[in-house]
Amino acid sequence: MVAQPAIVQRRDAMTPVLRLLAKRLATSLIVLVGVSMLIFAIARIIPGDPARIALGPNATAEQIAALRAQLHLDQSVFVQYGYFVADVLRGDLGISLYTNRPVTTDIAQFLPATLELILVAGAMMIAFGLPLGIWSARYKGKWADNLIRLISLLGVSAPSFVWAVILMLLFAFYLPLFPIAGRISDDIVVTPVTGFLMIDTLVAGNLRAFADAAWHIALPAFALALSGIGQAARLTRANMVETYERPYIEMARSYGFSERRIANRYAFKPSLIPSLTIIGLDFAAMLGNAFLVEAIFAWPGLSRYGVEVILRKDLNGIVGTVLIISATFLIVNIIVDLLIAFLNPRIRHSQRAS
Amino acid sequence: MSAPMLDIRDLHLSFKGHTGLTEVLHGISLHIQPGERVALVGESGSGKSVTARIVLGLLQDLPSARITGQVLFDGRDLELMSSRARHALRGTAMSMIFQDPTSSLNPVFRIADQFHDVLRRADPSVAKAAAHDRAAAILAEVSIRDAQRVLNAYPFQLSGGMNQRVMIAMALANEPALLIADEPGTALDVTVQAQTLQLMRRLVEDHHTAVLFISHNLGVVREFADRLYVIYKGRMVEQGPTDAVFADPRHPYTRALMAAVPHLTGGGIPEIAEASPDFAAPLVDHEAEAPS
Repeated sequence: MVAQPAIVQRRDAMTPVLRLLAKRLATSLIVLVGVSMLIFAIARIIPGDPARIALGPNATAEQIAALRAQLHLDQSVFVQYGYFVADVLRGDLGISLYTNRPVTTDIAQFLPATLELILVAGAMMIAFGLPLGIWSARYKGKWADNLIRLISLLGVSAPSFVWAVILMLLFAFYLPLFPIAGRISDDIVVTPVTGFLMIDTLVAGNLRAFADAAWHIALPAFALALSGIGQAARLTRANMVETYERPYIEMARSYGFSERRIANRYAFKPSLIPSLTIIGLDFAAMLGNAFLVEAIFAWPGLSRYGVEVILRKDLNGIVGTVLIISATFLIVNIIVDLLIAFLNPRIRHSQRAS
Repeated sequence: MSAPMLDIRDLHLSFKGHTGLTEVLHGISLHIQPGERVALVGESGSGKSVTARIVLGLLQDLPSARITGQVLFDGRDLELMSSRARHALRGTAMSMIFQDPTSSLNPVFRIADQFHDVLRRADPSVAKAAAHDRAAAILAEVSIRDAQRVLNAYPFQLSGGMNQRVMIAMALANEPALLIADEPGTALDVTVQAQTLQLMRRLVEDHHTAVLFISHNLGVVREFADRLYVIYKGRMVEQGPTDAVFADPRHPYTRALMAAVPHLTGGGIPEIAEASPDFAAPLVDHEAEAPS
């Protein structure tokens, strides 16, 4: 072992992470299949006939029967699921009865707006939540700590749609600093490439449009992020306060490292993992919370589509939307797990044993 | 006699609590010559560790601590120095070794990175590769043969004895003039502790480093120190060359402490009385009596 060249050791250190990734991908696939069955069944248990809702009150019994046959609704749930799985494997989620377009087209249109909102909110959680937690722990018991704890508590104690209304009233209505609704000003035309406006405007080199998109997303994203910021700050503080009691912090002090460096490096990194886990969960939970915030800020995301398809009992639309949200949730969790493995040498190296 | 490396004069320390001031150190004095190994011996709570932390300047920032007296390091009064200048001494001119090596090293950084940070205290511009080479050289000095593996490891992947060597190597990396060792290796098993102490002794001799060695273990002190101070409840009770004090312990507390060392022949350990009026007897100074 001693004579092993360094390269072999390095590859050895990578494999456990890859193994972790493979394991998480496999379990995610199983979860996704389970979710699809569940939502497939639930969507069909809700009372109401999708064919009748889609065709309207004037449709004849024959027309309804024909549509039911076309949608395979006249067959058992198991047969229907078989058709669904066969379609999904071909990348087809069926036709939405609400928009009369393929569900995949609908999702491709609405998902980027929601994802962009969530990504910006997640970035805010990290960019504000973690530093606030670090300051709070470093100045424990001082006024900065007390102020940060008060703010975090406020952030956690109200749901995001309440913050959405409050922020909109304060900073878009009374103090018109931010636009009140929408993704971008009406006079700006952006050619969609990815559907993420902040990326598309940058790709086009249109900085004015980029600034406009960022200006529009600021308030809804902040409303969505506030409770996550509060939670991340509180958890980071709590863990760092505990870490500060450890001998290695005293050792760092005995070596004369600055308090700032001790906070940002020696105390922060060992305390980061629980915060990351929480941010990951919050991130995924935002997919649900975004529905109401999107409604308040007239954000053309997946929320309006999701609500409409549920109300119209658009089976394909419901299943498609839920599947996409579940998949996003799982992907975010895998990313968080990998990040944690990279940050925590113990987890990274213990994968070898299992 | 040359000027002492460390000279503590009439040091008082008290903590402000809910019930008012509690004095922990009642005016202790201590000096260490350059390259000299001096032990500070006493039971837990006697004030050994706080003394070490005052020398390093770790207690001064505590709002509840009240410190009076003089601490001269290389002839300069630490209390009169700017906090910046005092701060600059830490990790460069003086460094410290702690009780439990494994929990004193940061668990989420590789040994190489922790070494790099330590070396940067003396030379802020030192590059990663250069620091790596320097660290490997110092690790070789503490008899670590596969330095590359150790440098790439995290503390939890190394044994306690290995971590102890790493900590000794780190503490001496910047060639400090004074090393403070607070119960080094107490968390290790006895043979490993003896090995690492031997290593440490050889290194500080080679580098001519002055050592303040804090311990409750008289056997270890006898092996390691040139001179020793016995401290009891914040007061020095006996001081002198190690041989002289062991040959002729005169203070009642020192005698009780020595009687409490377990013997291989068995017979049980005599208990030290929690307190005794005898222990309050004045300081016995072996050097003051014998002309040196």
